[in-house]
Amino acid sequence: MSVNAISEYKAEHRDRVENFNGMQVLYVYWPHHLMFCSPFALMVSPDMTFSDFLEQVLKPAVASHPDGAEADFLNADWQLNGDAFTPEASATMKDSGIDHKSMLTVTTPGLDGLSGAGF
Amino acid sequence: MVVKNKKLNLKDKYQYLTRDMGWEPTYQKKKDIFPDEDFEGIKITDWSQWEDPFRLTMDAYWKYQAEKEKKLYAIFDAFAQNNGHQNISDGRYVNALKLFLTGVSPLEYAAFQGYSKVGRQFSGAGARTACQMQAIDELRHSQTQQHAMSHYNKHFNGLHDASHMHDRVWFLSVPKSFFDDARSAGPFEFLTAISFSFEYVLTNLLFVPFMSGAAYNGDMATVTFGFSAQSDEARHMTLGLEVIKFILEQHEDNVPIVQRWIDKWFWRGFRLLSLVGMMMDYMLPNKVMSWAEAWEVYYEQNGGALFKDLERYGIRPPKYQDVANDAKNHISHQIWSTFYQYSQATNFHTWIPEDEEMTWLSEKYPETFDKYYRPRYEHWAKEHAEGRRFYNNTLPQLCQVCTIPVLFTEKDDPGVFSHKQTKYEGERYHFCSDGCRDIFQYEPEKYIQAWLPVHQIYQGNCGGSDLETVVSKYYHINIGEDNFEYVGSPDHKRWLDIKGLKPLDSKSESNQDAA
Repeated sequence: MSVNAISEYKAEHRDRVENFNGMQVLYVYWPHHLMFCSPFALMVSPDMTFSDFLEQVLKPAVASHPDGAEADFLNADWQLNGDAFTPEASATMKDSGIDHKSMLTVTTPGLDGLSGAGF
Repeated sequence: MVVKNKKLNLKDKYQYLTRDMGWEPTYQKKKDIFPDEDFEGIKITDWSQWEDPFRLTMDAYWKYQAEKEKKLYAIFDAFAQNNGHQNISDGRYVNALKLFLTGVSPLEYAAFQGYSKVGRQFSGAGARTACQMQAIDELRHSQTQQHAMSHYNKHFNGLHDASHMHDRVWFLSVPKSFFDDARSAGPFEFLTAISFSFEYVLTNLLFVPFMSGAAYNGDMATVTFGFSAQSDEARHMTLGLEVIKFILEQHEDNVPIVQRWIDKWFWRGFRLLSLVGMMMDYMLPNKVMSWAEAWEVYYEQNGGALFKDLERYGIRPPKYQDVANDAKNHISHQIWSTFYQYSQATNFHTWIPEDEEMTWLSEKYPETFDKYYRPRYEHWAKEHAEGRRFYNNTLPQLCQVCTIPVLFTEKDDPGVFSHKQTKYEGERYHFCSDGCRDIFQYEPEKYIQAWLPVHQIYQGNCGGSDLETVVSKYYHINIGEDNFEYVGSPDHKRWLDIKGLKPLDSKSESNQDAA
């Protein structure tokens, strides 16, 4: 459906990748770790390699969680926008098919959060 | 000129001052005078069927309101002169006022603008008059709320720039976008959204807890505001019900349109009220009732009866009502956990509930609190005691529609976020729930324009690239005074001082408070 309006209704996507000064938004969800109240909204360069993303972006983001230091993210189970995904350490975001406002979900077997409460 | 009757009787007065304002135009087309009355597809065949349950005329309205105002301001003066803020239950209570002043009072003002605008759109005089009165009420409420709470601004932090914060601070995009969505809709959708879904179906969930909360916590100024607004609220609720019945009775084609609006605005209102749930369960030192109990009474029972009554028009209860009913045992805890970890960017403080509060939460939420939420607080309390008060140093993913972080969980699985996503014109969009995704999919052009605070920070539109600059320069939150943990905050120290108690030893916090 479209907006029912008093005149022709034209709208711009406010969050196009062009508006992010060469960067792109990447969302990351780490199930069973609800200490982080929602998926992260992170900024990455499309030319960043996956291993740099893990070291420079994701690990600092989860550092305050006791599971953060133990997680072997590269060999964890990944999904990209709901589909199975196998990351390659040396591939860039662009080469990995991770586009603007993509969502990565990473499950770390054996690490299910604290106190059996999934947080 | 001979005056036969000096005084009009009530019936004549109502006729002259309300219905006779709606004459048939002769030298202009009606369509030109009321151009926006029919673009939404709502068909009105006979405006004279509009019932005014209150039959209030403008002259009587002014008289009643002036009397209430006089009493109200006498009490505000007495409250200030007697240092009423010293008699509240606990300094933590003021944080509920900070949330109200930045989140709700600006909505009263937005409602004033909304009713002024839509009141102009109706060719029926009864509806126009009702909207005019409600517009003035809303302006009065915005003003009197600010006056009721202004006394606290002299003694506590975080209350100094409410309307500026409402336009900018990340979590205040939630109430702001709710009203912007309603105000940018057509006149009938606005009334369905605000008069019916919000004022009639959901308002008790805001005002009853808030005003009872003020009473339970010794806040006489806010209680008195509540009493002063009560008769107005009764009128608004009656208008809400009248609006919906009138539209439904006018034409059967109106039913599916109204049903979609009810679905949409129930969901948007439910999301907005999750902030109230947090306030009730966590921010009131003396608890009134739990969010779950309030939801049961004011939505499941009262709302259930209402939708039973509307069945004869072909209206069913709102879509995803089952999700909302189930969520009553979760949302307040999920929201408080969110604010707890993002307190570095709020104008109010957060804290871990005290032991007796935890016991109360366990009793009120026997199936969920101990299992899912108590462990979080115990862990965070331990971290705090060891000098590592938990803050989330990333930014959250926000829902494109309600703009709340994607923090809610699936109905049947409280361990999994109810995240949803879709693509529109090649762009990816993310949502907190099916409810919000449905709203997007019906009018995507409207929501692709959403001003999402997190994305705006990343685009460089909020004064700087680091969070500290955004919070202090763009939000006007005074770092170290308004934000962070309550324990050890300047507010906390001031409260202990008021009560003649020894300030806690707080090595980590620097007290720059001059009071």
